[in-house]
Amino acid sequence: MTEWLLEPFRYSFMQTGLAAAALVGITCATIGAYVVLRRMAFIGDALSHTVLPGLVVAYLNSWNLFWGAIAAGLLTALGIGWVSRRGAVREDTAIGVFFTAMFALGILLMSQAGSFRDLSHMLFGNILGVRPSDLWLTAGIAAGVLLTLALLHKELELSSYDPTYAEVIGLRADRMRFVLLIVLAFTVVTCIQVVGVILTSALLVTPAAAAALLTNRLPRMMLIAALIAVGSALVGLYASYYANVASGAAIVLTCTACFGLAWLAHSLRTRSVR
Amino acid sequence: MHLPYSGRGQAGVVPGAPALAIHGLTVRYPGVPVPALREVSLSLPTGVRAALVGANGSGKSTLLKAVAGLLQPRAGTIRIFGQPVGACHHRVAYLPQRGEVDWRFPVTVERLVLAGRYVHLGWLRQPGRADRAMVLSVLEQLGLDALAGRQISQLSGGQQQRALLARALVQEADLLLLDEPLSAVDATSRQIIAHTLDRLCRQGKTALVATHQLDRLSEEFDQVFTLHEGVLQQALQPLPTLEEV
Repeated sequence: MTEWLLEPFRYSFMQTGLAAAALVGITCATIGAYVVLRRMAFIGDALSHTVLPGLVVAYLNSWNLFWGAIAAGLLTALGIGWVSRRGAVREDTAIGVFFTAMFALGILLMSQAGSFRDLSHMLFGNILGVRPSDLWLTAGIAAGVLLTLALLHKELELSSYDPTYAEVIGLRADRMRFVLLIVLAFTVVTCIQVVGVILTSALLVTPAAAAALLTNRLPRMMLIAALIAVGSALVGLYASYYANVASGAAIVLTCTACFGLAWLAHSLRTRSVR
Repeated sequence: MHLPYSGRGQAGVVPGAPALAIHGLTVRYPGVPVPALREVSLSLPTGVRAALVGANGSGKSTLLKAVAGLLQPRAGTIRIFGQPVGACHHRVAYLPQRGEVDWRFPVTVERLVLAGRYVHLGWLRQPGRADRAMVLSVLEQLGLDALAGRQISQLSGGQQQRALLARALVQEADLLLLDEPLSAVDATSRQIIAHTLDRLCRQGKTALVATHQLDRLSEEFDQVFTLHEGVLQQALQPLPTLEEV
């Protein structure tokens, strides 16, 4: 059994994959708590999709894909923040228009490139293809995101549940939202290498949604979500090693299974109370 | 190290200035032709409990929000202890209508009340032992100590209102703006809230309370302002008893 568990990690690409998955899982799950509680799931999904043209442009010019993704992600975060300041178009409508357009632009550019080989990794992720140099960048971003969330915890928390009171004490709720969008853009970019553009929002939403069913304290919710995400990443890696299935999809489905269990536990508990 | 949320956060009190002085205040919502408040002027001395009455849509909440700095006035001036709005955030506490808080958010009653200390802490500083002790003593005063560890949605309407009041007490504000604190509130909570306001005003704090409840105005308030369609009708002082009206 131990042999079975340890064998995959004799390979350095599996070690790198595990490290990347753990870093990304912790980051996504932690910020995912805000995504779930502030009902930002749609924005998270939009951010991950709009990164695609940035990735493709970087690929075509053989720049580092990371920087292309970060540029596109930040541009989207700023754009969404800017659009939501004005009331002419409802925010979710604007996001819907913007993100499908960016995704379509990405696909258009992909079809120009002729080769879908590397680009399919962008859509579906390939955790086993993470290079050690990418891992350092992922670690840096994860540290930055977690540090920001820790230092601004009380402000982010307050402006999430009572933005009016935050404004009254001089804490601008719209700026806190902006900070959250930018941090989210960075998170999404690291997430894409693990589960790809299409499944990124699963890693943001599902572990946090499961954790929300199990606790009513925010820090505990972040911790449980992180454990679920890292555990799922591990299961996904084993599945792709032994059963030769797509790692990103395996990770997402394991998260979904955890959500199902949490939902079951929650409904059993509330029934016994009644 | 103290990094306040707003750069102008800590201005002093102008000696002799009233707690609240509003002059010619006009507030307009974008896209609405009729102003929500029209040339409202009023003055509130320190240590007074004042009620703000009027029908729905008469501008009560708008007035409180303008004083709290949540709305930009179109014209007129607001002075709080002689200072403009936003010059002394820690001195003004605003209790929103209950609907403005996301009660399902995973925070406890204790944590919600602790947020009253944030304006004093500013960025990066975390609440300390003294802050927590203060929260516990205020929770006890308002009869919420047994509920400190509850998630905020597990409180009744009256208890939620008391928790918001507790946050204002912990903030140690000198001017309290309360938006409908007595609507849909049980008898116990109403009594505790009224009693607390009474005690605060004897300590020299000032309160402006928007309310629908007209039955005990004379017992619970020193002064009554009536708003009708954004215009201040009269400032009754001293208050007539119900028989005289």
